[in-house]
Amino acid sequence: MSNERFKNPITESAPVRWALIAAVLAFLALFVLTPLVIVFTEAFSKGWEEYILALQEPDAVKAIRLTLLVAAIAVPANLLFGLAASWAIAKFEFRGKSFLITLIDLPFSVSPVISGLVYVLLFGANSVLGPILKSHGLQIVFAVPGIVLATIFVTFPFVARELIPLMQDQGTGDEEAAISLGANGWQAFWYVTVPNIKWALLYGVLLCNARAMGEFGAVSVVSGHIRGLTNTMPLHVEILYNDYNVVGAFAVASLLALLALLTLVLRTILETRYGSELSAGQKH
Amino acid sequence: MEIRVEKIRKEFDLYPALHDVSLKIESGELIALLGPSGSGKTTLLRLIAGLEQPTQGRIFFGNEDASYRSVQERNVGFVFQHYALFRHMSVLDNVAFGLKVRPKGQRPPKAEIRRRALELLEMVQLNGLEKRFPSQLSGGQRQRVALARAMAIEPKVLLLDEPFGALDAKVRKELRRWLRDFHDRTGHTTVFVTHDQEEALELADRVVVMSQGKIEQVGSSDDVYDRPNSPFVFSFIGESASLPVKVEGGVVHFHGAPTGLTAQRDGEARLFFRPQDVSLIEEGPGMTGPVTSSRRLAGTRIAEIELGSPEKPCHVEVEVPLEASASNGSILSFRPTRWKLFY
Repeated sequence: MSNERFKNPITESAPVRWALIAAVLAFLALFVLTPLVIVFTEAFSKGWEEYILALQEPDAVKAIRLTLLVAAIAVPANLLFGLAASWAIAKFEFRGKSFLITLIDLPFSVSPVISGLVYVLLFGANSVLGPILKSHGLQIVFAVPGIVLATIFVTFPFVARELIPLMQDQGTGDEEAAISLGANGWQAFWYVTVPNIKWALLYGVLLCNARAMGEFGAVSVVSGHIRGLTNTMPLHVEILYNDYNVVGAFAVASLLALLALLTLVLRTILETRYGSELSAGQKH
Repeated sequence: MEIRVEKIRKEFDLYPALHDVSLKIESGELIALLGPSGSGKTTLLRLIAGLEQPTQGRIFFGNEDASYRSVQERNVGFVFQHYALFRHMSVLDNVAFGLKVRPKGQRPPKAEIRRRALELLEMVQLNGLEKRFPSQLSGGQRQRVALARAMAIEPKVLLLDEPFGALDAKVRKELRRWLRDFHDRTGHTTVFVTHDQEEALELADRVVVMSQGKIEQVGSSDDVYDRPNSPFVFSFIGESASLPVKVEGGVVHFHGAPTGLTAQRDGEARLFFRPQDVSLIEEGPGMTGPVTSSRRLAGTRIAEIELGSPEKPCHVEVEVPLEASASNGSILSFRPTRWKLFY
């Protein structure tokens, strides 16, 4: 039988294939590419100088700083939490393990606005804890600590979700081998466990960081929108846009879009180069 | 290093994996833990290594009680079933790992570590492969890297979990001979776990047959094959047939008829024999039945004979000479020449 006449049983005919591909491309162009292009064209609509000026505006600089600060706290915190949680889940047997896994996924299933609201109800002025916090001079809601807490909550699952399937798949054999060769717990972790999971860890951190910097809903509820104080980049974009400052809004938005593109590129590199080591982790 | 296991009991979630197991392993001995899956053989090996803690009982290394020593303190070389090589390290780094993680005072200098690792690789005949990664090696080579890595810490005892389980038949045979050689050269006390009786019988000085968390028999290959001490060992090792019999007045009866075999003790029993330990008879007492199937096996023929009543038939396999007529339906009579009764 000639190759040309042989039809793969699971391949559609050419017109169907082209129609499907065209539909997907049209969809992507309309919903992904166009907005991205608009962000940049609007940001540069009054030229380079206006763009740079918009980014140098004091409130914008403060918003960028705050976003970086929040990410710098939330990402390492969730790196440690995620590592600890996946270590416990993958390497030990204990009661309530499946409950813990469900709990880790909770931030994915709860609306970010609700999770923000929980912090307001918990730490706000009219809450049970409110007066106690106030008497100690602690301000959590409508301040940086609240923003950090909300961001940590929302980005909690990213690292853990990446590591749990991989570490479960790898089991405890390598660690057992290491300790049978005389390594202590720390050496086994550092020389054997970490190298085995490093790419998945990096991947999780990347996703966690993208979300931490881009989070809007939860942060919006706890921040109080105080200009120059509790506005992160996404919140600042909204305020500028409501002020009809189109260039300013899109200039800050373009930074977030660049972050998204960078994440995408790094993610693609990781996936193509270390896809096998990321193993079963890809579920997003 | 002599190892003594004293009345070890191990429970997993209240389910006992080992019941009061005791075993003495002589210094320099090559010993096999043989049994079906779930017999507790791997658990016993892991207990000796310190990878599991016993629920009860004690383990001695020489005269020292090692029961509560950590894995690191026991200084055992453990070769894992799937080798557990560190995939991100080169072969050389894998072998050198045990020396590199030693505390500062006991750690040899870098050049010395490298020299020792290369020496070990030469011992396992893998010279020239030190820069490769585990994924670039064949199964047999990985196995030998795992062995070299375990040997690097100069262990007192070598423990191997299903060392040939993941290899194909040909490599398995080669490595088996190689391991025996290796053991004879280095003289380590070696314990290995296997479910393959051929492997255990060929390789080990002594075989420990295990079943359901207990040791059934400990002995040389000849002991466990020729003188099995329980129905389990008789049926687990080698081919065998068993029949329900009754001993009356010193004569073994099957299905109400004398078999021509005699015994000291009267009562219900099971008669065990091996297919090759029978002789076909023309007359006199014996067991008689129609051939239900037969197959050629190298230089002999194995016939399956149906005994007993048609309602409750017992099928046994016996070896018959090639020239004997053993077509289906032909009637054969035989009597075991070597056999054993278990009451």
